Amino acid sequence: MAIFIDENTKVIVQGMTGSEGTKHTGRMIKSGTNIVGGVTPGKGGQVVEIEGKQLPVFNSVAEAVAATGANASVVFVPPKFAKAAVIDAIDAALPLCVVITEGIPVHDSAAFYAYATVKGTTRLIGPNCPGLISPGKANLGIIPADITGPGRIGLVSKSGTLTYQMMFELRDFGFSTAIGIGGDPIIGTTHIDALRAFQDDPETEAIVMIGEIGGDAEERAAAFIKEYVTKPVVGYVAGFTAPEGKTMGHAGAIVSGSSGTAQAKKEALEAAGVAVGKTPSETAALMRKLLA
Amino acid sequence: MDLFEYQARDLFEAHNIPVLGGAVASTAAEAIAAAATMGGKVVVKAQVKIGGRGKAGGVKLANDAQDAGVKAEAILGMDIKGHTVHKVMIAQAAPIAEEYYMAILLDRANRNFLVMASVAGGMEIEEVAHTQPEKLARVGIDPNVGISQAQAIEIVKAGQFPAEVVDQVADVLLKLWAAFVAEDATLMEINPLVKTEDGRIVALDGKVTLDDNAQFRHASHADLEDHDSANPLEALAKAKNLNYVKLDGEVGIIGNGAGLVMSTLDVVAYAGEKYGVKPANFLDIGGGASAEVMANGLSIILGDPDVRSVFVNVFGGITACDAVANGIVQALEILGSAATKPIVVRLDGNNVHEGRRILNEAAHPLVQQLETMDGAAAKAAELAAK
Repeated sequence: MAIFIDENTKVIVQGMTGSEGTKHTGRMIKSGTNIVGGVTPGKGGQVVEIEGKQLPVFNSVAEAVAATGANASVVFVPPKFAKAAVIDAIDAALPLCVVITEGIPVHDSAAFYAYATVKGTTRLIGPNCPGLISPGKANLGIIPADITGPGRIGLVSKSGTLTYQMMFELRDFGFSTAIGIGGDPIIGTTHIDALRAFQDDPETEAIVMIGEIGGDAEERAAAFIKEYVTKPVVGYVAGFTAPEGKTMGHAGAIVSGSSGTAQAKKEALEAAGVAVGKTPSETAALMRKLLA
Repeated sequence: MDLFEYQARDLFEAHNIPVLGGAVASTAAEAIAAAATMGGKVVVKAQVKIGGRGKAGGVKLANDAQDAGVKAEAILGMDIKGHTVHKVMIAQAAPIAEEYYMAILLDRANRNFLVMASVAGGMEIEEVAHTQPEKLARVGIDPNVGISQAQAIEIVKAGQFPAEVVDQVADVLLKLWAAFVAEDATLMEINPLVKTEDGRIVALDGKVTLDDNAQFRHASHADLEDHDSANPLEALAKAKNLNYVKLDGEVGIIGNGAGLVMSTLDVVAYAGEKYGVKPANFLDIGGGASAEVMANGLSIILGDPDVRSVFVNVFGGITACDAVANGIVQALEILGSAATKPIVVRLDGNNVHEGRRILNEAAHPLVQQLETMDGAAAKAAELAAK
């Protein structure tokens, strides 16, 4: 098992005919993902060949689902059109929609998150995230598939490159699933959602949780760990040196007044019994000790 | 992007939210001219994006236009908590009967928008929430539903506004919501919202934050950017589309991905404790770092007089390390003799062997490679030590 995606995941790529969409569709196919088609409104009926696979293009997600039986999508649509693309996936009651696009206005994310919540049939991951990988089974997004293979660690992170760094540090153990939930102020799947899924996943033995400054998602995750998670968790928080009031790359990574600091997040996690590393390598060492 | 008060005032006015007369001035002469058009008493207010300006002496009442010039002269150039005052707002003075509070903001925890309204205004809302929570209405808003008139009235009543102003305040709330949506704001706060002695409801001071990601549908928002106070290096980086934040240390940082760069700053800060040095900046070159992006980034960092060493920390995910290495080599060719500071490089991930080989072969005298992030951070900190 793994969380959210596995070998039975049938994927359509929204924005597959764009340059990023085409490039990453190829990468996902090469890493063994079952890509069954793409959606680009206005280009329905075309067939494109990517990595030797003939992929049909549809005008809408509903059409794509009807024709292919897809149960997940990855969104590479530019910010301007991303809201319409996600609403399209929700209207088709697609079980999983992974939004890679960076730079979506937060009013748009708020609208499609609220819409998904009302409909209750689509799990959103992202936006502004690298996606998720269950090594050897499926890879939805842009996480490099060759860092490591399947294993017993689950990883959840706001950041893409820190996800890669940590997978690399612990590559000899491998991962059940690694998921990047995104660095925007409003995201669909949270640390808590991923922690709950890892706790319930028999293949995951231990969990790495990576957070960063801004908001209070890590504090709420800490409270959840205390209450629900019995598997060992190690944590890492980035942004101790970030100044107040400055956005550090991710739209959501900002310390406002005294809230959202790395220190507060670290303390909350430690109070919940999570071993928190000062650096990525120290965090990996803590995990090694747990699994030794 | 946070707006100045005068910009918030103008934005409110454009959305029919009642405000008093106000104009911005950068010199005493402009202040006199603005006050003269308004007539009577005016308030001269320092325009800084930080609280506590009143206590710092940044808000003064002026009796007439000449006096406004005197007060403006005193306030312009002031330093308020590290923010230099480049502009003042000349605001019409009005006799105030009562001060209220109203705000709409992005609520990250609940992933929707939050309206806050209270009869107790003029002070920090955190204080009201703490000392008089019964007077503060907090209501979550579904972005796809918005606020109905009936709901607006309900919210205002819950904020314990007096009956005679409920309709007027509810009307302001509806207009504020319309403005919040139309402008893609993440914060619109009116504090205080006042009742004047003649019974009008007016937004006296405002804070507005606009979503930078929404600029593509608001061409006019670009005009609201503050060019006076921007750090020159930050302005240069922005012009080159680089994600850069100036910090106050000595080790220049370049990395890929916001999370990894934040982490790099922390690791350098720990390593720097021993040498009394800190990170000099945040710079995320993102995915697909071309030679040009690397050259732009390196030239900005090498142009920072505070920088004494540079740490390039890249984990190749989509980005291939050989592309990054070529970028560094080409950047140093472009920069030529302008590059004078030692550069520590740590490459890992996608195509790392080829990347390291390219840098080894180039054997640039300023560049040295280390294999781990911690080791490279320690080396960069050591090289920056005085």
